[in-house]
Amino acid sequence: MYPENFRYTKEHEWVAAVGDAGTIGITDHAQQELGDIVYVDLPKAGTHIEQGKSLGSVESVKAVSDVYSPVSGEVTEINQTLAEKPEILNSDPHGAAWLVKIKLSAPAELAGLMSAAEYEAYIGAEK
Amino acid sequence: MINKVRPHLSQNELLVFERSSPGKKAYQLPELDVPAVDAAEALGAANVRAEIEGFPEISEVEAIRHFTRLSTWNYAIDYGMYPLGSCTMKYNPRINEVVARTEALAWAHPYQPAALAQGSMAVMAQLEAALAEITGMDAVTLQPAAGAHGELTGILLIRALLEKRGNPRKKILIPDSAHGTNPATAAIAGYAVQNIPSSATGVLDVSALAQIVDKDVAALMVTNPNTLGVFEENIIQAAEILHKKGAMLYMDGANMNALVGIARPGDFGVDVMHLNLHKTFSTPHGGGGPGAGPVAVKKVLEPFLPAPRLKRTGKKWAWDYNRKRSIGRVKAYYGNFGVLVRALAYILAHGGPGLRNATVDAVLNAVYIRKRLEAYYDLPYSQANMHEVVFSDHRQAKLGVHTGDIAKRLIDYGFHPYTVSFPLIVHGALMIEPTETEGKHEIDQFIEAMISIAQEIETDPQLVKTAPHGTRTSRVDEVTAARKPVLRWKPA
Repeated sequence: MYPENFRYTKEHEWVAAVGDAGTIGITDHAQQELGDIVYVDLPKAGTHIEQGKSLGSVESVKAVSDVYSPVSGEVTEINQTLAEKPEILNSDPHGAAWLVKIKLSAPAELAGLMSAAEYEAYIGAEK
Repeated sequence: MINKVRPHLSQNELLVFERSSPGKKAYQLPELDVPAVDAAEALGAANVRAEIEGFPEISEVEAIRHFTRLSTWNYAIDYGMYPLGSCTMKYNPRINEVVARTEALAWAHPYQPAALAQGSMAVMAQLEAALAEITGMDAVTLQPAAGAHGELTGILLIRALLEKRGNPRKKILIPDSAHGTNPATAAIAGYAVQNIPSSATGVLDVSALAQIVDKDVAALMVTNPNTLGVFEENIIQAAEILHKKGAMLYMDGANMNALVGIARPGDFGVDVMHLNLHKTFSTPHGGGGPGAGPVAVKKVLEPFLPAPRLKRTGKKWAWDYNRKRSIGRVKAYYGNFGVLVRALAYILAHGGPGLRNATVDAVLNAVYIRKRLEAYYDLPYSQANMHEVVFSDHRQAKLGVHTGDIAKRLIDYGFHPYTVSFPLIVHGALMIEPTETEGKHEIDQFIEAMISIAQEIETDPQLVKTAPHGTRTSRVDEVTAARKPVLRWKPA
């Protein structure tokens, strides 16, 4: 369910990084909790984001939730598809519905995040 | 079994624009008894138009029927129980309306000189005094127009006091069970928000609080009883922890209906709080207001209250604008005066013992519902509840039915839904607040409806998942409505 090569946050975001090139999204658990996603608000490319600060927000029929950046860095690209088709966040949160690509400024931050197994244990406990 | 309601014919109704027919009108004006004035000449031709495009033209009976038909589509507290948790949807006694329609009050104008507004000013002074007595606080402002407005006023008062002491500080602490307006208030007032997790029993964790409170903390915003309907029994220790570090205790008065006449926030350490007159004090609620969110403070905050303040000079009431430390006005004129009149009427009609009885009945009703429903719905926090009770859909979710589905099915039984999915610390919450308004008959019907729905979920979950079935409109497609909103009506 949760890809082994991702790192996860307690706020239910994931980051996949190769070197200093990262991709950020929200987890399958997050989309399940939110329900049907209707709108995604993302920063502009070039924005500098600090770890743990708001990266944007995801709106469902139930609630609007902040997305917190799992790592610090500069946003290099945002997923344009989400503006037209926010529903792919429900169907493919770990794949096509990535939110932003980021150039990591402190790759060491990754070590402080959870592995897939740790995240699964965490959401098991949270339930 | 659905006992409370029967199918009932209700009429379809076009939009008033679609009913329009040129030349129809619902008024008759008398013959002019003064010389006619040419509007174009008086106002300038550019400012005059012959017609308003699309303006509906209908007859009087069509106008009456239009709005009467629409009114039959509503659910209202005057039809039956409105168990929307944390909203305190109580009956609005008709005596409030009678008093508010008193000519001298209804026709008072805010620019009336004080000498000609002594009665209205006395009403406000009396309400301030009553609210101060009920809350155990020293002074009250009636200006804020609603609860969230009161919150912002209260936090700005705290900021003003701390600034005067030399440091406004940086953070406001807010429990994770709070109303969403609390963090919004703190942010608008320029503070960072720090969430504090509830203890396993759903109340403030005092030892955790002691660790967190430092010189950066301006205040803790707490709702008491909290959104689980549970009294924060450690509130006095929490106040002491804050006060020792020079921080303040703000109380959101949303749940004051559980305390009036029984316990006073001023006595358990609260420095500033707001009240919702449209909740606790029975003024009309919903439908867009207006509301009123008076703020009550301890003496130390009194100099900062919004100007002008009521002042007694000899036998007369006057407005005191000379308030050097005031945070300034937060509302045009003096607040929503008509709402203030209704709240005072409610307070005086009840009297002290009556207000206390209302509180006791509100708590009794909620505890009765809890006792009768806890065999059917999961109760995530088992502490004694006060005026509201929070269940979860934990059992029903296993059969694929969630709190929102149960709420929709409740409509078929003739009740307004309870509050869905709040507070956030309860997954799949069903939040129920009956208020003191309801007698045993109505509450028993509600309980039987909830039990019946729990049984339907066991035998036919699909029936509940596709509810409501007896309404004019079946389940609305909320997802498409949000993804592809159509926000404007256009003529066909």
